[in-house]
Amino acid sequence: MERYFQPEIEQAPREYLRAIQSARLIKMVHHCYEHVPFYREKFDEIGLSPDDIKSIDDIQKLPFTTKQDLRDHYPFGLFAVPKDQLVRIHASSGTTGKQTVVGYTQHDIDVWAEGAARALVAAGGTEHDSVHVSYGYGLFTGGLGLHYGAEKLGATAIPVSSGNTDRQIQILQDFGSDIICCTPSYAMYIGESVGKKGIDPKTLKVRAGIFGAEPWSENMRKQIEKSLAINAYDIYGLSEIAGPGVSYECRCKNGLHVCEDYFYPEIIDPETLQPLPDGEYGELVFTCIGKEALPLVRYRTRDICSLTHEACECGRTLVRMSKPRGRTDDMLIIRGVNVFPSQVEHVILSLGMEPNYQIIVERKNNLDTMEVCIEMSPQMFSDSVKGLEGTEAKIEAALHTTLGLSAKVRLVEPNSIPRSEGKAKRVIDKRKI
Amino acid sequence: MPIKQISVFVENKAGRLADITAVLEKAGIDIRALSVADTTNYGILRLIVSDPDRAENALKEAGMTVSITSVLGIGIPDVPGGFSKAIRVLSDEGISVEYAYAFITPRVGMAYVIIRVEDNEKAAQVLSDKGIALIDQDEIF
Repeated sequence: MERYFQPEIEQAPREYLRAIQSARLIKMVHHCYEHVPFYREKFDEIGLSPDDIKSIDDIQKLPFTTKQDLRDHYPFGLFAVPKDQLVRIHASSGTTGKQTVVGYTQHDIDVWAEGAARALVAAGGTEHDSVHVSYGYGLFTGGLGLHYGAEKLGATAIPVSSGNTDRQIQILQDFGSDIICCTPSYAMYIGESVGKKGIDPKTLKVRAGIFGAEPWSENMRKQIEKSLAINAYDIYGLSEIAGPGVSYECRCKNGLHVCEDYFYPEIIDPETLQPLPDGEYGELVFTCIGKEALPLVRYRTRDICSLTHEACECGRTLVRMSKPRGRTDDMLIIRGVNVFPSQVEHVILSLGMEPNYQIIVERKNNLDTMEVCIEMSPQMFSDSVKGLEGTEAKIEAALHTTLGLSAKVRLVEPNSIPRSEGKAKRVIDKRKI
Repeated sequence: MPIKQISVFVENKAGRLADITAVLEKAGIDIRALSVADTTNYGILRLIVSDPDRAENALKEAGMTVSITSVLGIGIPDVPGGFSKAIRVLSDEGISVEYAYAFITPRVGMAYVIIRVEDNEKAAQVLSDKGIALIDQDEIF
């Protein structure tokens, strides 16, 4: 039988959810206007009064918030409560600029823990389980997020943190961890290490894994599930909104249920900023309708995904988001069409080729051109020109189908695409606009 | 008795042929014949060499895309009409030649032609039935 952490919310009728969302949005808008000078100015600028927001349908009247806004008000400028009321601070890694700092009241920590607990139960977790947390503990939200989720569920949290893989495996064996939580790349590594040690993964008690904080493919899911003999589930979150537990997969592994009673999602076209309907890919935007310390309004995550309100087999009525397909930072607009490098990668992988490629965009005679260079591999090589041209044509056709745009494919020699720190630069945009 | 031909993927960039042949030189491999099929952006370099297996390994180690293709070698008299006669034998039998290239040999009065066909066995049969000599790897060197 399907189990839920909070069936009254997770299985709630849509009208009931909308009523909660409307009430919380109204409260939140007033809270922001009264306590965050940044939002008061923004609302005043566009002539918006908090009283203009009467239901969740009015959300589109609200202005957007960006990561730059958080940076501009570093560290605490967007907080809506006095510092005394904060019980926790986290911060993003800040690899691409100044780090962003987020704060939580006790209520906010509880909200976040509820999300993580829902994720644990959706992955089959119960209060009898031991939850092995191999995310890093620290300013990063991964470790403490799942830790508090496990405690909220009434399970046993094992705060192993990341690293020291031998010890991870030792604990999996000796403590009998039931659920493991970490990044998917670390799960791959632990799985490989289990194999190298000659341990039969079926002898490990662990039966499920919750992996997030990085994008991962279905192929990785299969590998992790096999190497650790578990069911692997995706979890999504970002510190600006809460941390892991903003959305999570259920047993159907077909989209992540969003805790939309706290984090209201929208999909917008990143160019026009207009909302997009279910099924269409665009930028994911969240409004924190149930938080106190950092109630961000229409925060642009820069993650690209789609939403669906279709009924899920698991019985949850919460809207599902697709696995993020890329970042708006990576998005190219070519002849008016939005193109993500990840789509090109997907096409190459689906043809059974190695994803060693580079996209070159140019503008010739006022027309954008897109060329995809793909490194030749022994499997793709043919002694005949006809054979190679056939390979190019096959890739071009598949790209056209996926992107809705014609791209020229050029086969290049192995290792000819420059790599720095082992990572190839995927896009070269030569357009001078 | 097909002959092992080395096929190498080459991008149309200055110096690539020099790079490839330098690898072979370093490995002490002698090139007897070569041909290049080219398109706008890349070409396929086809080589008949003294030690195809070692050449393949050396080129692979140098990070190149290489394959070994079975081709036929025929010996023809180095006189006007020599090649024409041989190729007609194939066309009469409906065997199409994907590509061909010729080279002169140390044997006075003889030329060798490398041909790539779909069915080596059938082409070899047709040629020898008509008295056209097929050569094997050893005869080239």
